[in-house]
Amino acid sequence: MKKLTALLLAAVLLCAVLLSGCGGKTETLTLNVYNWGEYISDGSEGSFDTVREFEKWYAEAYKQSIHVNYDTYASNEDMYNKLSTGAVSYDVVVPSDYMIARMISEDMLQPLNFDNIPNYRYISDQFRSLYYDPENLYSVPYTYGVIGIIYNANVVDEADAGGWDLMWNRAYAGNILQFNNSRDAFGTAQYKLGLDVNSSDPAVWDQALAELKAQAPLVKSYVMDEIYNMMESGEAAIGAYYAGDYFTMLDNQSENVDLRFYYPERTNYFFDAMCIPKSAQHKELAEIFINYMLSEEPAIANAEYICYASPNSLVYENADYADEMGEEAMEILYPELEDFTALYNEYAYRNLDQATLDYLNTLWEALKIS
Amino acid sequence: MKMKPLSKVYTALVLLFLFAPILILLVFSFNQSKSLSVFSGFTLYWYRELFRDAETLKAVRNTLLLAVSSSLLATAMGTAAAVGIHRLRSKYLRAALDTVTNIPMINPDIITGISLMLMFVFVGRLFGAATSLNFATMLIAHITFSLPYVILQVLPKLQQMDKALPEAAMDLGCTPLRAFWKVEIPEILPGVLTGLIMAFTLSLDDFVISYFTAGNGFQTLPIRIYNMTKKTVTPKMYALATIIFFVILALLLISNLSDDDTDRKLKAAREKRKAKRAAAG
Repeated sequence: MKKLTALLLAAVLLCAVLLSGCGGKTETLTLNVYNWGEYISDGSEGSFDTVREFEKWYAEAYKQSIHVNYDTYASNEDMYNKLSTGAVSYDVVVPSDYMIARMISEDMLQPLNFDNIPNYRYISDQFRSLYYDPENLYSVPYTYGVIGIIYNANVVDEADAGGWDLMWNRAYAGNILQFNNSRDAFGTAQYKLGLDVNSSDPAVWDQALAELKAQAPLVKSYVMDEIYNMMESGEAAIGAYYAGDYFTMLDNQSENVDLRFYYPERTNYFFDAMCIPKSAQHKELAEIFINYMLSEEPAIANAEYICYASPNSLVYENADYADEMGEEAMEILYPELEDFTALYNEYAYRNLDQATLDYLNTLWEALKIS
Repeated sequence: MKMKPLSKVYTALVLLFLFAPILILLVFSFNQSKSLSVFSGFTLYWYRELFRDAETLKAVRNTLLLAVSSSLLATAMGTAAAVGIHRLRSKYLRAALDTVTNIPMINPDIITGISLMLMFVFVGRLFGAATSLNFATMLIAHITFSLPYVILQVLPKLQQMDKALPEAAMDLGCTPLRAFWKVEIPEILPGVLTGLIMAFTLSLDDFVISYFTAGNGFQTLPIRIYNMTKKTVTPKMYALATIIFFVILALLLISNLSDDDTDRKLKAAREKRKAKRAAAG
């Protein structure tokens, strides 16, 4: 029985040590970063370990050690909920465009001091002054992307490919994948019909619902990240997803699958950008971190790791990066668009008002039940 | 006799459904490509990658730290609570306490999680802390939800125990404390150990409550894996899951064997006592 007593005492001691350990650490600075999962080059498969390299770089440049607490989230809403309770405090977050607009309107972000972010000069003009941050006060773009359609050329006739119509083509019934989240699924129907994806008019959403209901018998399943395995294995032949993710599928496709990709005429554009929340405790450190993320080596490593397009000219004008990605990837990731800003501002998702969001949810449930 | 082949098939099917997913995970953790559909060749590459992934290893360490400390504390507190409940004279009070301790167990995780988070935020604000969630709050949360399972394991063992045993020990000169450690604890030890193991696995498993109570810089493994779903979950997670599966399997085997062992010892001791009593009588 002495053993058990010892065990219990040890447990109590362990906890005491742990609790006191939380308060210590006076010498080392701490930076709290909150980013999407798998959204930074992390040293896996021989890549650049961004967070550790930043710590090393900072220690050398400022003669003080720093520790980065790097946490991840799975969706904008997860991040927003966690932050808005005030239970946690992060110095850098990376929300998507519509969430940035919402957080600015709710006074959750603070203006950046661009004197600490000189590398912002590498963000070209077409990626500045976008609708979510028109005066470029709160955000530094990290990645962007466009939704396109992926199809298996062994199943789909090339002649049928081209527009959103492919996802409504009866010839491929049971081979089509649709998004399993309301905004993106309704988006496909709205882009197809040429409707406004940010409309607050219920009639627009009703029209999109009718289109989705017409599609429902042809749909194999409603998926999010399951799309990777289903497209790679040939289990499904048609699906819409982000351009960057198409290359992941291409790398892993089975022998009897031949994946191709194209952009429909109207489609979704998104931005994820680095911001500093109001509750941040180390604003200047956060700005130094953001600036570091824009410098050449980390920016290229992250763009290669994430495989989404980078708004940083140090990346997309770099010859080695273009070589590494390959010609096809560069063409798809960085499509030649006449006026990116205008297209983006027209087709990107914006924050919907609560009434429209509620209505969208009702329609989405109606679609999933039918 | 006719049923026998059929029941064999049935058992096989049940086992298949239980273990096929784990088997697939295990097989594909050795796959050369990232695909889950084609097995292109055997490799230990993902295991090597796993041990290079500092953030994932940190998440594993966090998870284990939390599971070990919360299960030990919950077991100590739960055993004490069970002993207390068992000694209550009033039947009604005992029933009431029993019900109260069972509530967190029946309560949906999401409610436990959100309410704990709200409480921590409230208390944090009260004391003017900049952040209210940290390792300590997560530890409290994990102890909270595993406590009733420990009580549930220990209480029946106390009820099974012959009440005369500790009394006899005290008659023979033991102090109450000594009688508790020397007589009661060995009797209820199997329950305590099962409670400990349950608390440990529950803590290891938990996603929902951890998700709501996780603070800055302390993410557990389930949270990390969930957050990978914007992109794909890489095969190094299959490798990690395979390792965890085998570690848990080993723990389970050891605990079952030692359980049998303690049971046998207890039975043998009881037989001896009976024999002695018979001889004396």
